[in-house]
Order: sequence, then structure tokens, then C-alpha cells
Amino acid sequence: MSILVNKDTKVIVQGFTGKEGSFHAEQCLAYGTQIVGGVTPNKGGQVHLNKPVFNTVSEAVKATDATVSMIFVPPAFVGDAVMEAAEAGIELAVIITEGAPVKDMQMAKAYATKHGMMTIGPNCPGVITAEECKIGIMPGMIFKKGKVGLISKSGTLTYEGANQVCNEGFGITTAVGIGGDPIIGLSYKQILPMFEADPETECIVMIGEIGGDLEIQAAKLIKEQITKPVVAFIAGQTAPKGKTMGHAGAIVSGTAGTAKEKMDALEAAGVKVVVSPAEIGKAVKEVLSK
Amino acid sequence: MNIHEYQAKQIFKKYDIPTPKGIMVESVKDAVIAAQELGGPIWVVKAQIHAGGRGLGGGVKLAKTIDEVEELANEILGMTLVTHQTGPEGKLVQKLYIEDGADIQSEYYLSVVLDRKLEMPIIMASTEGGMNIEDVAENSPEKIVIVPVDPSIGFQAFHGRELAFGLGLTDKDEQRNMISFASKLVKLYMDNDAEMIEINPLVKTGKGEFIALDGKMGFDNSALGRHPEIAAMRDLTEEDPDEVEAAKYGLSYVALDGEIGCMVNGAGLAMGTMDTINHMGGTPANFLDVGGSANAETVAKGFEIILKNPNVKAIFVNIFGGIVRCDRIANGIIEATKITDVNVPVIVRLDGTNAPEAAEILKNANIANLIVGDDLGDGAAKAVAAAKGN
Repeated sequence: MSILVNKDTKVIVQGFTGKEGSFHAEQCLAYGTQIVGGVTPNKGGQVHLNKPVFNTVSEAVKATDATVSMIFVPPAFVGDAVMEAAEAGIELAVIITEGAPVKDMQMAKAYATKHGMMTIGPNCPGVITAEECKIGIMPGMIFKKGKVGLISKSGTLTYEGANQVCNEGFGITTAVGIGGDPIIGLSYKQILPMFEADPETECIVMIGEIGGDLEIQAAKLIKEQITKPVVAFIAGQTAPKGKTMGHAGAIVSGTAGTAKEKMDALEAAGVKVVVSPAEIGKAVKEVLSK
Repeated sequence: MNIHEYQAKQIFKKYDIPTPKGIMVESVKDAVIAAQELGGPIWVVKAQIHAGGRGLGGGVKLAKTIDEVEELANEILGMTLVTHQTGPEGKLVQKLYIEDGADIQSEYYLSVVLDRKLEMPIIMASTEGGMNIEDVAENSPEKIVIVPVDPSIGFQAFHGRELAFGLGLTDKDEQRNMISFASKLVKLYMDNDAEMIEINPLVKTGKGEFIALDGKMGFDNSALGRHPEIAAMRDLTEEDPDEVEAAKYGLSYVALDGEIGCMVNGAGLAMGTMDTINHMGGTPANFLDVGGSANAETVAKGFEIILKNPNVKAIFVNIFGGIVRCDRIANGIIEATKITDVNVPVIVRLDGTNAPEAAEILKNANIANLIVGDDLGDGAAKAVAAAKGN
């Protein structure tokens, strides 16, 4: 078991024949992901990476029965691509593209929700179920199969956390990079209950950062619904106020969205909060050996 | 991206949003000419910097004669203005806005911002105009009216009514004026991919009309490509020159006041590295995310920017290679030591894609001052020790 995706998940790629789309689709295929085709307007009928190319998502879905789309289209076209996927009946869109306008994501996410399509990202590393299915840009080799679920706003902290967990000998069930933009798709609030329900996941690592209040909402949910042990790290304890730290959403405005506020809320919810990402692996070991 | 008040008011005019007449000037001489052209009888001399709280900091003053305009222009132009938003170092005033005085009956606060929880813009208004809105939110939250506007339907009359009644407007003309004002403001926000528009104060005149006395606007950087006329309003002198230089190379850099320079891939890991250094008793000198396409040139540039800071006593390079290949980073470090004089210890932790190759490259290069960190914790500890001279 795992969450969201597994070895049977059929995936199409929007922006399949572009440089980024091609490179990462190839890596995903090598990992074992069932990429069944891709979409690039005006290239329908061609074959790329030994898979069929379609002009529209709707054609691709009809021909392949794909349920997930991995999106690599340029930032200005992301909103359009997400809405097209929703309209075509895709169940989950994983949006890798960085720099999508916030207004486009507001519209696209609202539209996706209306059509019952889940989204992950934008500006995220994607989702991976260890040794089964990788949909995104993470280095596959560090994710060994195991019993720890991971959710993170940050790509490289996902790798750092997963690597430590695997080095401690536990391994990963599924890791989800949710992205750090002001508007994102699935968040802690939706993913934590999925890990709670997944029999293979025994412990959850949650990596957050300054800005917004998703981690505060997560703390409330953990207190009420999550029985499995949770280890958390919040990046940006030393970040200055009013400055955007790389991710568009990572900014402390006034007194809201500080790391301290989030760490306190999580601790109060019974989460094992670590002050440095270097301690994630050790903390997982500690909570799992209790 | 933020713009100046005078630029925000140009945009207001385009949307028929009432605002006093004014002229932007960059010299005292032009300030006098502008005042003569506006005609008086009252003028406001306003410092143009990208920060709120200008009035309290002494950057906004009233003049009753042209001589006073000259005097105030002399005083404010070239001053370093410190407000609660500039930080203690303040900001140099290089531009003034000379504006007509307004007939003020009462002052309000009005803004449009993205609400991340609702995932849509909200109109925020208050009868406590001229005050710092964070203070109002803290001390009397009941005085703030919030009206969410779903972008799929846009601004509707009911949004305006909620706003007008929320502000306690009872006169029908005043209500109409407020609804029309807010409608134009929301249209401006949506049309231009604004991130926030703030008018503080918004004033009601004796005739019951609403006028934007101030204007602060920020725009979504990711959407500037489709708004070239707004992108052209960027004032680089308002931004940190090192941050601007770094951005040209795809590096995201923010200067801090500590001693350990940091070069990391990914925003989250970069913040996490700063936190780790801090937790181990050191102080980070900067945030630097080399991004996903780091190569030898960008790494060398990163070193150059970090080393410009005289407080830097050690540099910690922390890379977890996914897309970024560690061997490229290693070559970048070697390149950097050739073109810049790296005279502080450099602690390098490279993990992930092609890490063994990178270790080999660094070993063969035989660089003095180079210390290898085995993992994040070990690297940070070594960097803290090195900065302390151990």
C-alpha cells in the first residue's frame, strides 16, 4: 500500500516533448512509472520516448485510460493545462512548473476542485511511492521502500529527510512535495489523513516553512485525527521578517507565519518537532522505537 | 515587485479612481516648479520610497506656501528615511511627489490582498484610516471589514454593499461612491495581477466623495511578463544591489547580519541550513539558493557575492543534488577559487546525484582552506567552528 500513486498508476505528461518534460519523463520511465503517453499540441500522432503523443488531454485520456497527469508546460500556460486536465477527467494533476502566476492558480485550483480533480504543486518536486512510481523530478535512488510517509513544501528538504530516514534503515512509503507557492493543491490537511489510513505507513515526517498557516491547520488536524507519530521540521527560524526566502510563499508578514508560531502549535499537538533538518532521521528512529 | 506611490496613482488615474493632482520630481528646483503648476493653496511634499510609515518617519509634510515647499523639498530629498518597514538602516529618498492638499472630512483604510486561506482576493476596509492596519487588527479587530471576492464572478454590487454598510456609511450617495470606488479598485487588482493594493488613508471629502490620498501596490513577479508597462515601473535603486545582481544569474540571495556565508540548493534546505548553523551557535551571513540549474559559473558568482560581505568568516556549501549534479558544483567551487580570492575556510557538503565523483574532483584539486562535511550536521558544525577560528 501507499498513498496517491502506485505501480499501476497510468500517467500522461503535459508538455511531453519539451526539454524538461522529455528529460524527466525519461527518468520516471526508468524508475518504473507507467507513463502511457503525453500531450503536446500539434504533435499528435508522433511517438516520443516510445509513447504516443496526443494533441489534447481528452484524446490522451480516451486512448490510454490515464488518471494522473504530470505537468511541465511553461508558467504562463499552467492554468490552462490544469483546467484542461480537469475537464478531461484526470484525477490527479502533479504540477512541476515553477513561476506560475498566482491568479492563474486561483482559477485553476477552483476549477479543478469543482471537477473533483486533486492537484499537487505548482513549483514542487512531485510525488513518489518508493520503488513503484515516481511522478516528478526527485532523484529516485534515495527513496527506498519502507514505512515512513513524508510531506514537504521544499524539494531539497524532501531529499534530505528521505535520505536520513533511509540511512536509519526505515525507508519511505510515499513522499509528497506540495510546493511553497502562495496557492498550492493538496496540503498537509488532505495528505496527513491519507497516511493515517495507509496500513504500511507507521510514521509521518512533515516539513514546513515560514509563511501562510497551512502548518497551523495541520497541527489542529493532527491533534484531532492522527494517531501515528509525526516528526516535523519548520524551515526559516532565522529568516528576517518581510523578506521572501526563495519560495514565493515563504515570507513572514507582520507577526503571522513565523516558524516559532508553527513549531509551538505542532508541539502542542504532540508532534516531535526538531530544530534542525539534520535531526529528522534520528527523531524518526526515536519515535519508531518507542 | 513593488512600485512607488506616484506610479500607483498613475494607474489609479487610468482606472478613473479619484486621487489628488500631483507631480513627481527629483530636485528642489523641480519641486518649486511643480508647486507653482499645481497652484495650491496647500501642498503635500511626500518622500517616494518603497515602504510604509513614511508620514511617521518625517517623510510626508504639509506646506502652505511655495517657500515652504522649497524648504521641505530641501529637507526631505536626500534624507535617509527610517520607518517600521525600512529596517534600522532606512532608505535614501531620491524622489518626491508634490501633491495638492485635499479636503479631508474623515479617513478610512482600504486594501485588496490575496487571502491564502480562502485562496481568493479579499477587500479589507476600516474606519481607522491613517493608522497602521496591523495595530488595528491587533487592538480592535471588530473595526476591520473583510469582503472576499471570488475571481470567477468578479466584483458584484453586493460586495460593495457589504463594504459600505460595514463601514457604517448611511448616506446613499456616499454608499454609491464607495461601491463604485471599490469596484474599480478590484478591477485594477485583477487586470494587472496585483499582489496587494493598499490605500491608507482613503479620505472622504466634505462632498462625500472618496479620494485615494495614498497608494501602495505590489505585483506578482510571476505575472510581470504579461504586463510590460508595469514591469517597466521597476525602480532598481529601491532594491538591494547584491540581490539584483544575484537574480541575474538565477540565484536567490538575501543578506543577513551573521558571519557564515551559505550556498545551498533549494529554498527550504537553504533556510534549514541557516537554522542549523544558528542552532549550533553560529550566525548565517546570508540566504542563497543556487536553484535547480546551478553550474560552475553560477557557483563562482555566488562565491563572489558572498565574499563581498566583509563579515563573512567561513562559507558553508550545502548541496543535496537531485537535478543539480554535485560534480558540477565541485567544478564551480574550483572555478571560483581561481577567479576570486577565497580567503576564508570553505566547508563543503555534497550529497545526492554524482556525489562520489564530486568528492574525487575536490580531492584532486587540492584546494587550501577546503574542509569536507560528511552530512548536514557535520558540515554545519565544522562551519561554526571555522568561523570561530577553530
